[in-house]
Amino acid sequence: MRNAFIRSLTTLAEKDESVVFLTADLGYKIFDDFAARFPGRFMNVGVAESNMIGVAAGLALAGFRPFVYSIVPFATLRCLEQIRNDVCYNHVPVTIVGVGGGYSYGPNGPTHHALEDIAAMRSLPNMTVVCPGDPVETELAVHAIGALGEPAYLRLGRAGDPVVHQAPPYFEIGKAITVRRGSDCTLMTTGGMLPVALEAAAMLSKEISCRVVNMHTVKPLDEVTLSECCRETEAIFTLEEHSRIGGLGSAVGEWLADNNLQFPLHSFGTRDSFTHVSGSQEYLRDDQHLSAAHVARRISTQLTLPVAC
Amino acid sequence: MISDLLALSSGLAESGVRPAEGLDSSALTAIAKEVRAKVVRMAHTGKTPHVGSALSCVDVLVSLYFDRMNVDPANPGDPDRDRFILSKGHGCMALYGVLAQRGFFPAADLAGYALDGGHLPEHPGPRAVPGIELATGSLGHGLSVGAGLALAAKIHGRNYRTYVLLSDGECEEGSIWEAALFAPARGLDNLTVIVDYNKWSAMGPTAHRVGPLAKKWEAFGWHTVEVDGHDPQAITGGLRLSNTGRPLAIVAHTVKGKGVSFMEDNLEWHYRPPTAADLDRALAELAAGAAVKTEETVKV
Repeated sequence: MRNAFIRSLTTLAEKDESVVFLTADLGYKIFDDFAARFPGRFMNVGVAESNMIGVAAGLALAGFRPFVYSIVPFATLRCLEQIRNDVCYNHVPVTIVGVGGGYSYGPNGPTHHALEDIAAMRSLPNMTVVCPGDPVETELAVHAIGALGEPAYLRLGRAGDPVVHQAPPYFEIGKAITVRRGSDCTLMTTGGMLPVALEAAAMLSKEISCRVVNMHTVKPLDEVTLSECCRETEAIFTLEEHSRIGGLGSAVGEWLADNNLQFPLHSFGTRDSFTHVSGSQEYLRDDQHLSAAHVARRISTQLTLPVAC
Repeated sequence: MISDLLALSSGLAESGVRPAEGLDSSALTAIAKEVRAKVVRMAHTGKTPHVGSALSCVDVLVSLYFDRMNVDPANPGDPDRDRFILSKGHGCMALYGVLAQRGFFPAADLAGYALDGGHLPEHPGPRAVPGIELATGSLGHGLSVGAGLALAAKIHGRNYRTYVLLSDGECEEGSIWEAALFAPARGLDNLTVIVDYNKWSAMGPTAHRVGPLAKKWEAFGWHTVEVDGHDPQAITGGLRLSNTGRPLAIVAHTVKGKGVSFMEDNLEWHYRPPTAADLDRALAELAAGAAVKTEETVKV
């Protein structure tokens, strides 16, 4: 997703002179082409994320459309109040780009894991939260955010994420993409778990017809698609590489409660704890029971359980 | 402190600073008195704290809005206007007061300050009134945003200047020093920071915690001067030193609560709203031009 982001940002910057890019000293060499093409619109602002957000807000107040970039925890949590006050409260079109969603930086340890960012970002008024599912969606998301002109958070995976969409899907912020049809249950995912969701659905295909919905926009939620899933399937399972507290699962749960809907909802996410083992993204996903096999097994078990009243 | 101020005075004289081109010093002082009256009225009717913090920066704001800044109340969105950010958002009554005084919005609106359902919150809200460039309230935010505005001017090739007012206690925020590193590194000589150095923060004295401030700004790469923050001639003289090729830092020595004798240098007025009796006394003092307990102003 990272490379797709850079490609699409370059295209966007060609069309829109107000696009500027700020990095807090991350992205060695990968932005060289962008910097060469758009001198003056690329800035390494140094290892100072809070300042970066404020500077971006100032640029936005003067008419620019800044994209700011760092690894997720540094781009979101480190400077959360700057995002809240300078960007969201002042309501300026700054896009926070976090690279390394979930366990993308697995071996780096919990300081680099991104498991609370969706919760934090979606709680901010005026903020749009977009977590593309693959590099193709990433490119579409960048252009959609460019047209949005609002505060936005773009949660990326890393370099080398698998491509899911063989052709560009219809992409609109706030409009989920149904990636696989199904009628027994809905597996609703966001961000880099999309391939895992599809793999789990394929594993279940003989016994369970599992719809896969990619809720790439966690805020605002696509309520129309949610309603359809409630009408047309028997249960919703949310799947995200994020804490079970505050992410997509929480958002769907809030929506059900707000609409007084008693509907089966189960969420897959990370446990409320830091990992104390080192490991790759794949290893840590499995450790958190977020692998396709774990997900398929639990869906199968849940759907065959008697319904409690 | 007096010796510092005297040193500055001679420094300004040597640099050949011209007297104010617009209003003279006494006119600016008269305007500041009117703004101070607005401030104490707001604090009384709104029953809000921070009157001391607002009073300490009135003279700086008056010098900016009535002498140095290129702003037009009839065209508050002019892309070439100078920008001002009140990073110490709790001094907001001074900003509302000076914007109303300058004609950005009707002074009568000040009566609704901090009232239920009103549009003038205790800290400047986003575009709450024309002339507010940035909503602030949490300390340590304004300088980075100001640097962004200054950077935008550089990229756009515009000549406006950005001014950011900090409190001294605010200089304990790490983000201030992130921005302090950033601005000189980016060559933002179109940015001025003014520290309202009234020597108090919410819980006590600041000088031993943040001082010596001027040396710190200088060390970070800013052209730095110290001025008497209540002397219009010294303030405007300092503000003119903006052509050094570096961002400009002005450490403005001020008195918390300045202009109302019983509020001056008294931390209690960080918290207490003035009663009706306090208000009457304060307004009488301001009308009489009483200014006591302060050091003699240093003329440039």
